[in-house]
Amino acid sequence: MSAVTALEIPDEAGGSYLSDGVTLRSWLLTRDHKRIAVLYAISITVFFFVGGAAAALIRLNLLTPEGTLMDAETYNRVFTLHGVVMVWLFLVPSIPTTFGNFMLPLMLGARDLAFPRINLLSWYLFVASGLIVLGGLVGGSVDTGWTFYEPLSSGYSSGALVVVLFGIFVNGFSSILTGLNFVVTIHRLRAPGLTWYRLPIFCWSTYSTSIILMLATPVLAVTLLLVIAERLWGVGVFDPARGGDPLLFQHMFWFYSHPAVYIMILPGMGVVSEIIPVFARKPIFGYKFIAWSSVAIAVVGFLVWGHHMFVAGESVYAALVFSFLSFVVAVPSAIKVFNWIATLHKGTISFDSPMLYALGFILLFTIGGLTGLYFATLAFDVHATGTYFVVAHFHYIMVGGMVSAYFAALHYWWPKITGRLYPEIWARFAAILIFFGFNVTFFPQFILGYLGMPRRYHAYAPEFQVWNVLSSAGSSILALAYILPAFYLIWSLFAGERAGANPWQATGLEWQTASPPPTENFHRTPVVTRPPYDYPEPSA
Amino acid sequence: MSGGLPFLPATASMAAHELNILFAALLAITGAVLGLVVLLLLTFCIRYRKGRETVDRARRGTKSWRWEISWTTASFIIFLGLYAWGADLYLREHEPDGAASEIYVVGKQWMWKVEHPDGQREINALHVALGRPVRLVMASEDVIHGFYVPAFRLKQDVVPGRYVTMSFTPTKVGNFRLFCSQFCGVDHAAMLGSVFVMTQGDYQRWLSQNAMTGTLATDGGALFRHLGCSGCHATSSTVKAPSLNALYGHPVVLRDGSVLIADENFIRDAILQPGKFLPKGYEAIMPSFAGQVDEEGVVSLVAYIKSLSKQAPSP
Repeated sequence: MSAVTALEIPDEAGGSYLSDGVTLRSWLLTRDHKRIAVLYAISITVFFFVGGAAAALIRLNLLTPEGTLMDAETYNRVFTLHGVVMVWLFLVPSIPTTFGNFMLPLMLGARDLAFPRINLLSWYLFVASGLIVLGGLVGGSVDTGWTFYEPLSSGYSSGALVVVLFGIFVNGFSSILTGLNFVVTIHRLRAPGLTWYRLPIFCWSTYSTSIILMLATPVLAVTLLLVIAERLWGVGVFDPARGGDPLLFQHMFWFYSHPAVYIMILPGMGVVSEIIPVFARKPIFGYKFIAWSSVAIAVVGFLVWGHHMFVAGESVYAALVFSFLSFVVAVPSAIKVFNWIATLHKGTISFDSPMLYALGFILLFTIGGLTGLYFATLAFDVHATGTYFVVAHFHYIMVGGMVSAYFAALHYWWPKITGRLYPEIWARFAAILIFFGFNVTFFPQFILGYLGMPRRYHAYAPEFQVWNVLSSAGSSILALAYILPAFYLIWSLFAGERAGANPWQATGLEWQTASPPPTENFHRTPVVTRPPYDYPEPSA
Repeated sequence: MSGGLPFLPATASMAAHELNILFAALLAITGAVLGLVVLLLLTFCIRYRKGRETVDRARRGTKSWRWEISWTTASFIIFLGLYAWGADLYLREHEPDGAASEIYVVGKQWMWKVEHPDGQREINALHVALGRPVRLVMASEDVIHGFYVPAFRLKQDVVPGRYVTMSFTPTKVGNFRLFCSQFCGVDHAAMLGSVFVMTQGDYQRWLSQNAMTGTLATDGGALFRHLGCSGCHATSSTVKAPSLNALYGHPVVLRDGSVLIADENFIRDAILQPGKFLPKGYEAIMPSFAGQVDEEGVVSLVAYIKSLSKQAPSP
């Protein structure tokens, strides 16, 4: 079935990256991108459930208007933990460090990333940062929210904020090194014949993500260091009482944190662009438009940070410019959605679990993206920013979009990574349950936000209760749905059917080697002679 | 709405009426796009599902450029329309209205203090008159707070170290919620208040029932003398300090030759950071009053200095 090039598939009996050393030491000192990807996957899964537990506490507390489960201070600490952990310890690293790390060299026909030791260093930095951040959050009563707005963070909040900020600072180095590694790998390690326009879309989106990681993260690092300096030594940068400017903090913070949104969503778009052609048995529609729209998002995404500050006191003229650019950055996303749909036209579509997640992604991302237009519309932003409308909007992108894409990738590449098939019926059930639970959780929050319920409220006005109860009910479904795959995936490791090299009959290079792949990926360097997604047209 | 599920907030300002229409348009447009996406997904998924071999799959569309340009252009034109609509309303929300009555608001952890020009003071409440434009001049004592009235569809972060303003015209009598919309510390969720929109008659009655001995400006005048400002700034003073008559709203020439219009922020900075803007022709001898006077005191000083230029004829 291989449409790329006839490759000799390595014999599974010859051993895989999993059997190449079984001691803990062989894992902790590995330089194999595949093993490092697995290490990352385990770490971020732990962080995902830590952040998820905080989310569950938030939703439980909001069942009643009085917020009876926790006092205000505890609640503030819990939502801070939820935000910080989910953003820096799950969403930013999620797809790039796991599936990017594992698949990129395979997709390129390479033996490993360009800098295998730096790859391992990235993981150690990431784990260290995770432990520092969690230590600060759990032990140090940090309650500023993940945005650390000044002068609240430097002058007014108590707790071990400096520890958490330092942890995120370390986390940034991990991000930057990963981005650097990917960019160099894509430039230098493509197999013979693998031109830029023959790259799978996932490589384009990983490349765009890596550019943002390298260029935006240093700005966050500088910003956090300045907050630390202000808090520890009273250097006046952001605190007006010391001659600083609190809006300067917001400009610097969002200069990173808005592009960070694209760090989180671009890899998800890449995954969906991989999955749709496989399960529609068709080449992707508008390859170049999808590829370049990722780059466009990465570039224009640097110019829209001010849309977080329309009511913060920035000038009316700045608001006009940022509003316009925010509409511009929505165009490439629209292009992607239309191209994915066009790919389905005249396809031969099957609905295996990765495809269900991908279709769910398209719907939820479309809702998240369309509600993004509401915020780009200046006068609407004035009413809805800082309310649950914005909470709903970014969870549609981050959870509905990104986490769906993560589960899509997990189910699509699981047979490749582990060599085993999971029970498909359970996987489909989980996919549908996640979609359902997600909407019940977050759609009511749009209504709450338009009604005017501000975010980060430990207790709320009684007229908001109905929608909060509905949202909390949905979150319990969502929580179950997220735990479910853990059971059948772990089961499949021991009892799952052998997957074989290419269970989806996909064309990507990663499928032209054994599952799980051998340590060196390919016995012989593949030669690429054809475009990606080269599925034949059915005879009429 | 009462009794049923709450879907829409009350509408109680000019901006809110306009935003309702904008929201309806956004819902209609994005609803249509989402409907199209869902329709196409369903159609293709059903029609081209695996196992349905009778359907014609030949002659796949390959001329992608025509489609790409069509949907890119269509998206962009719709976006431009939304941009213009939202920006227009935003600009009008921020347009100064000379006839607006000015009310001062000071936010602090975790309460709102309101001071009316005639001296009435209230906490976590704001009384305004139906149909009369209001301009809030807001300051924060500590961290950033957000002044948010959902029924007005208006929100403004109140940033420490400067004055920010928010203008509105109430259109409905009633009692509307006031929230703090920017996370401001432990009791953020308890930083609540009410906006009372009253008929003109009721409002006048409320004002007179809550009348104080002095107005905000006369309070500021007393503070002005108490702090010794008049020692230098009085016209009879021997120290050469700029006269504050006819300052507010008028141009000030600075040392570097640039010209500023003296607004509330200028007066505030001149009191707390006199070195920031040095007027031309004067020595930098004024001390800073930061730390000696709180935000409410500064507010009354600003009101006093503004009142001086209302008496003086405009040039």
